[in-house]
Amino acid sequence: MTIAALNSNPAPAILPGSGGMRGALSDLFWRRPKLLLLLMLLPPLQWLGIVYIGSLFALLLQSFFSIDEFSGLINREFTLKTYGDLFQAANLDIILRTVTMAALVTLASAVVAFPIAYYAARYARGRWKALFYLGVMLPLWSSYLVKIYAWKLILAKEGILTWLFAKLNLLWLLDGWLSLPIVGGNSLSVSFTGTFIAFVYVWLPFMILPVQAALERVPGNLVEASSDLGASPGQTFRNVLFPLALPGIVAGSIFTFSLTLGDYIIPQIIGTSRLFIGQAVYSQQGTAGNIPLAAAFTVVPIVIMGFYLWGAKRLGAFDAL
Amino acid sequence: MRSDRGQSAPLGLKIAAACGLLFLHLPILLIFVYAFTTEEKSFVWPPPGLTTQWFAVTWNRPDVWEALSLSIRVAAISTAIALVLGTLCAAAVSQTHFFGRETISLLVILPIALPGIITGIALRSAFALADIPFSFWTIVLGHATFCVVVVYNNAVARFRRTSGSMIEASMDLGADGFQTFRHVVLPNIATALLAGGMLAFALSFDEVIVTTFTAGQQQTVPIWMLEELIRPRQRPVTNVVAMVVVLVTLLPILLAYYLTRDGDQIAGSGK
Repeated sequence: MTIAALNSNPAPAILPGSGGMRGALSDLFWRRPKLLLLLMLLPPLQWLGIVYIGSLFALLLQSFFSIDEFSGLINREFTLKTYGDLFQAANLDIILRTVTMAALVTLASAVVAFPIAYYAARYARGRWKALFYLGVMLPLWSSYLVKIYAWKLILAKEGILTWLFAKLNLLWLLDGWLSLPIVGGNSLSVSFTGTFIAFVYVWLPFMILPVQAALERVPGNLVEASSDLGASPGQTFRNVLFPLALPGIVAGSIFTFSLTLGDYIIPQIIGTSRLFIGQAVYSQQGTAGNIPLAAAFTVVPIVIMGFYLWGAKRLGAFDAL
Repeated sequence: MRSDRGQSAPLGLKIAAACGLLFLHLPILLIFVYAFTTEEKSFVWPPPGLTTQWFAVTWNRPDVWEALSLSIRVAAISTAIALVLGTLCAAAVSQTHFFGRETISLLVILPIALPGIITGIALRSAFALADIPFSFWTIVLGHATFCVVVVYNNAVARFRRTSGSMIEASMDLGADGFQTFRHVVLPNIATALLAGGMLAFALSFDEVIVTTFTAGQQQTVPIWMLEELIRPRQRPVTNVVAMVVVLVTLLPILLAYYLTRDGDQIAGSGK
């Protein structure tokens, strides 16, 4: 850390150097801060550059190969055929389903997250503030699989939710919902509704934190000024709070959207037999052994997220992260 | 004179916020009840009876112990690698200005920002192209890659608060670069590193998606649990393991929170 001062000609040392190999090295770094910087950056950059970026390129490369449908062998010639396969009806269906789910999960997360974030930002003080913070942090960090497992317990046919509906004499409502096309199913744990609830639950903390960060920056007197000028709470929300919270919501939506696009475990455990992108990738590279198609499928979320991030940047979402 | 000092929140907002927090916490608490149920085959609620026998059964399961041992070893080594790489990166980015700084911050965050399945399958295809067989080290390779960002975030936040004049003072008093690092820099960033390390450990201990692609036949705790969720063998044992996992990950998070709570950026807020 001898680079704090970057002036090139230090005053002559009053004290003798510490001598030996260590002293020589220390002096060298002092004289050439750039060298130390290079040495500091080399290990992490080598790791991330070679391991990670290298892997991503290997993946991208594979999506331009194709598979021989008769022998099942990978043909290592440059082709766009695999990308063409993405546009088959079955595959388009998977992409469309995943994007729809990601959009709905993002909307629902924003709606549920807003009151928690707003209360924590504007009204929670001292001990309550810490409690709210931990109250969001603990679910965020507790085990992802355990959370999914918990929802499997809750949504099961004989589980707590059915029991609750029965106690409230509302079973007809649950059965009515389950008999609906698309969102229904045999029980909540094998329906898109269940998948949706689990997604919202698991990603919700990722939405709360950036929205809270955005709302912390809204001065309380803006809200007061708005009501002094005769706005109803609804109008204040629409014209003052919501526009100012929007960068935070967009920042949170980056997480909820991207995580939903790539997840294959939640729909596998809670949901129907219809696939999402993540499951398609998983089954293509595993059982089907069609690595090129799996690779082409992973390019879809990368491209979608690329556009999404570009749009988010223009909305100023990154200042809210 | 502020007028909002005595104000309290509207009732509707209070209820909505409370319901939101309950929605976040009740499902996890439910796991604790299920760990004691006498019911073996289904998820019946309310539990027909309560028992502690499943703890003994779980204790005597060798596969659970093997998974736990693998998980802990992977998490420990990945955390160690992430601590070194993350600290180096944070020091370089926060103390100096050079061309391409922003790119480096982006590069560090990328493994977390992209969905896990992309990281996983990318690593897997790289292993396939380079003919690397699955082993303990392939798991560590993946885990260390996404653990770097957690350490990096914590270290950067702390470096921003540490003033450069302390380092200069240490130099003026005749310390060489290594002594300065050992006696001035390290004590300053120690708690941030400890918090980052804790979070990295928790992150690695819990990771399932990347691990699926880099583990081959080996089983970490999350992989073991996933296996049980898809093809259940003994439900009550899964319940007990789930409860233990919640407790194990709880401690590092609380510790990380207490270590960094006086700062401007508390650890863990950027998972």
